[in-house]
Amino acid sequence: MAADTPTGYIKHHLTNLTYGEVPAGTPVCDSHGELTGETFQQASWILARCDAQVDAMGFWAFHVDSLAWSGIMGFLFVVVASMVARRASAGVPSGMLNFVEMVVEFVDTSVRDSFHGKSKLIAPLALTIFCWIFMMSSIKLLPVDTASAIAAALGLGYMKIVPTVDPNITLAMSFSVLGLVIAFSIMSKGVGGFFGELAFHPFEAQGITKFLLVPVNLILEVVALLAKPVSLGLRLFGNMFAGEFVFILLAAMMGYWQFVGSVPWAIFHLLVIPLQSFIFMILTIVYLSMASEHH
Amino acid sequence: MELNLLAAAIVAGLAAIGAGLGFGLMGGRFLESVARQPELAPMLQTRMFIIAGLLDAVPIMCIAIAFLMIFQ
Repeated sequence: MAADTPTGYIKHHLTNLTYGEVPAGTPVCDSHGELTGETFQQASWILARCDAQVDAMGFWAFHVDSLAWSGIMGFLFVVVASMVARRASAGVPSGMLNFVEMVVEFVDTSVRDSFHGKSKLIAPLALTIFCWIFMMSSIKLLPVDTASAIAAALGLGYMKIVPTVDPNITLAMSFSVLGLVIAFSIMSKGVGGFFGELAFHPFEAQGITKFLLVPVNLILEVVALLAKPVSLGLRLFGNMFAGEFVFILLAAMMGYWQFVGSVPWAIFHLLVIPLQSFIFMILTIVYLSMASEHH
Repeated sequence: MELNLLAAAIVAGLAAIGAGLGFGLMGGRFLESVARQPELAPMLQTRMFIIAGLLDAVPIMCIAIAFLMIFQ
């Protein structure tokens, strides 16, 4: 495999398990990622095993590991929470129930503090975002080689288990938030109100000048609207990517001595992971609160 | 000398300057506010951590880019 040099090792650990269509002429790799010298005779859908195949797949390919691990973490959260909810009683809470109640109460307080309006969607949405991002990012506390070693034993070429290190996942979440922001704006102000806010908002005037200012306003407001989800998604991705990169770098440079550096870094990440999940959640609430306010 | 190393050094250094200034300002203002109104300390501390999270996102993305420049 190409993981012998530090650069190759880092590149290998930062590549997703990709499922996509390779065009004819792409080299064939065996289960160890070595080129066999043959090429595909026709275009076919495969799981990539070496860098040449990942590059050949281009844009329209699935990151199977990100999809699977985010799904698994979401499912785990739903199972644990519903089990706890079923056993909930009015008596003294214990163990897991206590913990889940604490998390729910914490999210509920944050929503009450930041969202000035009435909505049945906000609190569950905030809880989902917080817990899901927290669980997805927490996988990175596993030693970096665990997953790729298991995957290699199963014959898979790549396995990048932390879904939040994949910008596709974080940007998908933040653009879903953008969709909700637009939906909330339209629900509270109507279609006319929403577009009116985009077209007439920062620079206001009376009469005919009002319409002359529309292009300037439109550019400013659309950029401001799009900057929100982009910064939201990239902030989470940047933090998680840099964290994961340092773990992989330590593993590549220091071998078995990596724990000297990676244990303090992991302890630091015990702070970073909840903080970033909390920021994603609180900014979502603030954006939705701004969207549903009347002017 | 390879220019990507120089570029990475500039990126990381500027990110460090920015983060240092930002955290210094934030921490200083936080202490000032707490000195003025100690009873607000818990509330201000939560808000300070939110802003710390917002603040460290930008330099940490610069660091990620610097790493990419070195190891690509």
